[in-house]
Amino acid sequence: MRKTLNNRAWLLVAPVMIVVLFSALLPMMTVVNYSVQDAMAENHFFWNGDAWFRELLDPATEIGSRFAGALERNLIFSFTVLLIQVPLGIALSLAVPRRGWAVGPCLVLIALPMLIPWNVVGTMWQIFARADIGLFGAALTGLGLHYNDTQDPVSAWFTILLIDVWHWTPLVILLSYAGLRAIPDAFYQAARIDAASRWSVFINIELPKLQRVLVLAILLRFMQSFMIYTEPFVVTGGGPGNATTFLSIDLVKIALGQVDLGSAAAMSLVYYLITITLCWIFFTAMTQLDLLKEA
Amino acid sequence: MSRIDLVDLAQSYAGGDAPIESFALKPVTMTWRQSGAYALLGPSGCGKTTLLNLISGIITPTRGKILFDGTDVTPLSTQKRNIAQVFQFPVIYDTMTVGQNLAFPLKNRGVPKAEVDKRVADIAQLLDLTPDLDRKATRLTADAKQKISLGRGLVRSDVAAVLFDEPLTVIDPELKWQLRSKLKALHRELDLTMIYVTHDQTEALTFADTVVVMHDGRVVQSGTPAELFEKPAHTFVGYFIGSPGMNIVPAQVDGREARVDGHVIGLLRNYGVLPKTAKIEIGVRPEFVDIAAPASGLLSATIERIDDLGRVRFARVRIGDAKFAARVPPGFSVSGNTAGLIFDPAHVHVYADSILVEGKA
Repeated sequence: MRKTLNNRAWLLVAPVMIVVLFSALLPMMTVVNYSVQDAMAENHFFWNGDAWFRELLDPATEIGSRFAGALERNLIFSFTVLLIQVPLGIALSLAVPRRGWAVGPCLVLIALPMLIPWNVVGTMWQIFARADIGLFGAALTGLGLHYNDTQDPVSAWFTILLIDVWHWTPLVILLSYAGLRAIPDAFYQAARIDAASRWSVFINIELPKLQRVLVLAILLRFMQSFMIYTEPFVVTGGGPGNATTFLSIDLVKIALGQVDLGSAAAMSLVYYLITITLCWIFFTAMTQLDLLKEA
Repeated sequence: MSRIDLVDLAQSYAGGDAPIESFALKPVTMTWRQSGAYALLGPSGCGKTTLLNLISGIITPTRGKILFDGTDVTPLSTQKRNIAQVFQFPVIYDTMTVGQNLAFPLKNRGVPKAEVDKRVADIAQLLDLTPDLDRKATRLTADAKQKISLGRGLVRSDVAAVLFDEPLTVIDPELKWQLRSKLKALHRELDLTMIYVTHDQTEALTFADTVVVMHDGRVVQSGTPAELFEKPAHTFVGYFIGSPGMNIVPAQVDGREARVDGHVIGLLRNYGVLPKTAKIEIGVRPEFVDIAAPASGLLSATIERIDDLGRVRFARVRIGDAKFAARVPPGFSVSGNTAGLIFDPAHVHVYADSILVEGKA
């Protein structure tokens, strides 16, 4: 049977399209606009072609080297975050009780850090980590460790990573816990009957069944950690030196500090394209892995 | 293979102090013969899965003991009990091929590789899985997956028993027949004790040589399909097995006579005087009551409709308020809406409070 073509349905989608247009596309077009123009005083704009992009992507230039450095730090940060949070989240989700009175309190406690706004998290940790009066910082110093998150790059990285792990591992735990709960009891019973070891149950039953939620967890954690801003801004201010200056922090410096709108716009667009591309690679790799194996 | 004895076995999910009526499995003592093919039959919620899980050790009984060949296995875990179980829905190890799935229970028990390979090849052959042995199990259809589950249950040669928990639920009707006959053939070939849980009487009667009927947490009868048909020990067995089920009507029984709706039906056995307080009923299968033209010596009934099942016709009739089914003899044409009923006295049973009363000859 032939379906009749009826384009009137577009009318129903129109309101959403219009909202998206105003909320996302138009602001982005102004960024695109800045990225190909140079501004002089009194709002005189003139065409600058791809010069901002060339400068940005050339590590020999000042802005190019800043961009390359920040991008490298971002990638190292995001992959470290994934390497710590995904295994840790899975491990902790296995330890959360599945039934009984403890389920509710446990889940609430786990979810608590996620409910705290970014800048509050930053402020909390800024004080918590201070080597002189902060409980955490003073405790480490008291133990004889060399710790100072505003002067020592290793301490600064350690602190920012620790904040992110504390703030967002709960997301991985909750997603993974939901995935585990969805596995029918029969799988565990069958594994007992087949005399499977605990490790074997994890590898052959739990991990494959968690694949879908883990795709979600990895994508969310990658995107959020790649866009990290508030924590380093509040806690380390991007320092010491440039040690924790991530792309977002540098971007704000260029756009609002130096008011180099052209460079900033070009950087935003490249930053955005890198995020989207990496997400696409993750997603495709994780969902196609099985099909490849099968073929 | 072993003989399995259940001694005063009971299970209560609300704890041992709960009243006995609330037990999921009321205390039962029975024996499962070595190499028997059993069906555990009953409606949903009657306790059959509970009984199965007790035997396999997935749950520990509230009270009582389970013996395998006289050895008490009650405190042993599932792994140590040497039992295989197949579940209602396919359980597949996604990371493994079909062959690895089948080999898994053997490998975990340290069976030598040569023997594992041979056993897996044999079972795959029996279940027509040979062409798929090297494929990933995840990509197969639901029935192929369930065949793998069955295979994992059957692959161990030394198990005390193989338990099936409604294993054919997800299978298409046509394939169901094939798999069921296959299981029956496997039973003969592998000489395993098999217990097959189902709520489908056809499945139970075709698979098993002994059918155990459960109702409300109790085992109400255990016997061959013929015994269940001809002499139900409980009115529940009477109407749960057979289509249409057994006719059960209230009656007054005195010696060799039953009185229904003022009419006397002769009985083969002498029931003496039954307790006054019990609810007395007689039960007779529709196959053993013939419909006839109304006559003064016959119990008369009102015909409501005739069901033509092809091979046989059954009349749905009414005696007073009670519904009744009776066979319409070949060649008998129904005229009017009243008829007489002719009972075969050898197959009229008497029940007191739903339980069969054995008369004296």
